[in-house]
Amino acid sequence: MIRRVRRILMYAFLILVGVILIYPLVWMFFATFKTNAEIFGSNRLLPSQISFRAYVEGWKAGGAYNMGKFMANTFVMVIPCVLFTVISSALVGYGFARFEFPFKKLLFGMMISTLMLPGTITMIPKYLIFNKLGWLNTYLPFIVPAALGGSAFLIYMMIQFIRGIPRELDESAKLDGCGSFRTFLYLIIPLSKPAIVSVIIFQSLWSWNDYFNPLIYINSTKKYPISLGLRLMLDSAGNNSWDQIMAMSVVAILPCLLLFAVAQKSFVEGISTAGLKG
Amino acid sequence: MKIKWKKRLGKYQGLFYIAPWLVGFLGLQLYPFLASLYYSFTDYAMMGTPKWVGLENFITIFTKDRDFKNSLEVTLIYVLIAVPLKLIFALFIAMLLNLKVKGIGIFRTVYYLPSILGGSVAIAVLWRFLFSGEGTVNTILSKLGIGPVGWLSNPKVALFTLSLLAVWQFGSSMVIFLAALKNVPAELYESARVDGASPVRCFWSITIPLITPTILFNMVMQLVTAFQEFTGAFVITSGGPMKSTYLYILKVYDEAFKYYKMGYACALSWILFGVVMIFTLIIFRTSSKWVFYSDGGDTV
Repeated sequence: MIRRVRRILMYAFLILVGVILIYPLVWMFFATFKTNAEIFGSNRLLPSQISFRAYVEGWKAGGAYNMGKFMANTFVMVIPCVLFTVISSALVGYGFARFEFPFKKLLFGMMISTLMLPGTITMIPKYLIFNKLGWLNTYLPFIVPAALGGSAFLIYMMIQFIRGIPRELDESAKLDGCGSFRTFLYLIIPLSKPAIVSVIIFQSLWSWNDYFNPLIYINSTKKYPISLGLRLMLDSAGNNSWDQIMAMSVVAILPCLLLFAVAQKSFVEGISTAGLKG
Repeated sequence: MKIKWKKRLGKYQGLFYIAPWLVGFLGLQLYPFLASLYYSFTDYAMMGTPKWVGLENFITIFTKDRDFKNSLEVTLIYVLIAVPLKLIFALFIAMLLNLKVKGIGIFRTVYYLPSILGGSVAIAVLWRFLFSGEGTVNTILSKLGIGPVGWLSNPKVALFTLSLLAVWQFGSSMVIFLAALKNVPAELYESARVDGASPVRCFWSITIPLITPTILFNMVMQLVTAFQEFTGAFVITSGGPMKSTYLYILKVYDEAFKYYKMGYACALSWILFGVVMIFTLIIFRTSSKWVFYSDGGDTV
């Protein structure tokens, strides 16, 4: 009996926590259908009537450089980033997981330590390098680092995954006449699909949500990704158009939500494997 | 002859695969790391060339720059609120979910969701509205008879409100804890129960010791993240009111990209690096006393 009561209490608690966590998001979603007056005036969660006005007007706000443009910019920035991150982290992961080479231990240690290195410390010289190369106000400061190994976290995830693939498979590929690169292409890549999916997801999210790097590298409105676009809207719109700002915020997080919905299993697995063995 | 050559090349094959990372590491991490140390001893106004000034930047920071002391304090308080709260909450929820909960998938999804979106500007915008004077949080509280709280306007509360945003994103730590808890062998609990150990005793003597490596990992990662919090403070409060949320990175950002004092900003970031290092060193130094590796400590 006591066990049952305890169990019910536990479920009640878990549900309550879930509701509190999700409530802001649900509230934001419904607020986008309300008028501005209703957002401030009424404390009901559900809108009195459904109107898509905030979406239509928010999308158009800002003239030539509107949310549609910012959204398109974000895709132009994020897609190559993700693509190059996948290629580079798979290659590097394969290199560390399968080969012996001079200074391997040292280099591996270096890579792991960059996981803990605060990005602030390298931020300014990196900015100065990209400035010298004339890359400011382009997406190169995002894409080139992605092609050069990108994130140590994702490389580490790939290493752990490839280590788990039986070496006997490599050996038999070798017997069939595959060189190391063909082994990588035709054996390791197909078998690492779950890890690659995780890399795609994490990098997409990080690039999509990134605010700091666009803030320092992108300075013309024409090239703004969505994170800067939202902030611009927030600054210029003031208090009279919270409905539009909320609507555009929902639009901005929608791709992330969709991605999470489609691939949430890989998310959880990716973060668990990388975290556990660290 | 050819075979020998191939064999010799084979030794370096791995280097070929890690080359992209190696180039990135040398050019975009190691060089910037050292360059920023050099710049911190210079006067560097972006347009000109760096001019060596010795310790001047550091002397100014420690003796004249009032914002520095404030920012460091604010950041330390933020870290000391956000990180422990987040970790304790993450561990607590992970333990509940580990009790063979039905519908664990749904709970996990719901709890993890904020971590996915949390760093985005959209959420910062939402936070700014929810916690504003006439925002939703105050509306709900007033129904419970709790008078309006200046969540973002009161200098004593604003930092706490920002920490809440961090705690809200406990999901990723929770998922890592959950995976670690699943790895604790069930036999240990069974034999402890046979010996008459209470659940509380089991928690402190079995669960906690066995997941200490994961606690260490989460702690260090969250610490580094928290010290570098930016978007929330920048978008929600812009460092105010009265600089009560003027986190360290906001200060570095202002010096570098508002006043273009690159050398000064580098000096500031090296001080932050030092502080983070001290924290991590304390954690790692003491870890031999509290972290328990069941496989003998070889994690690589």
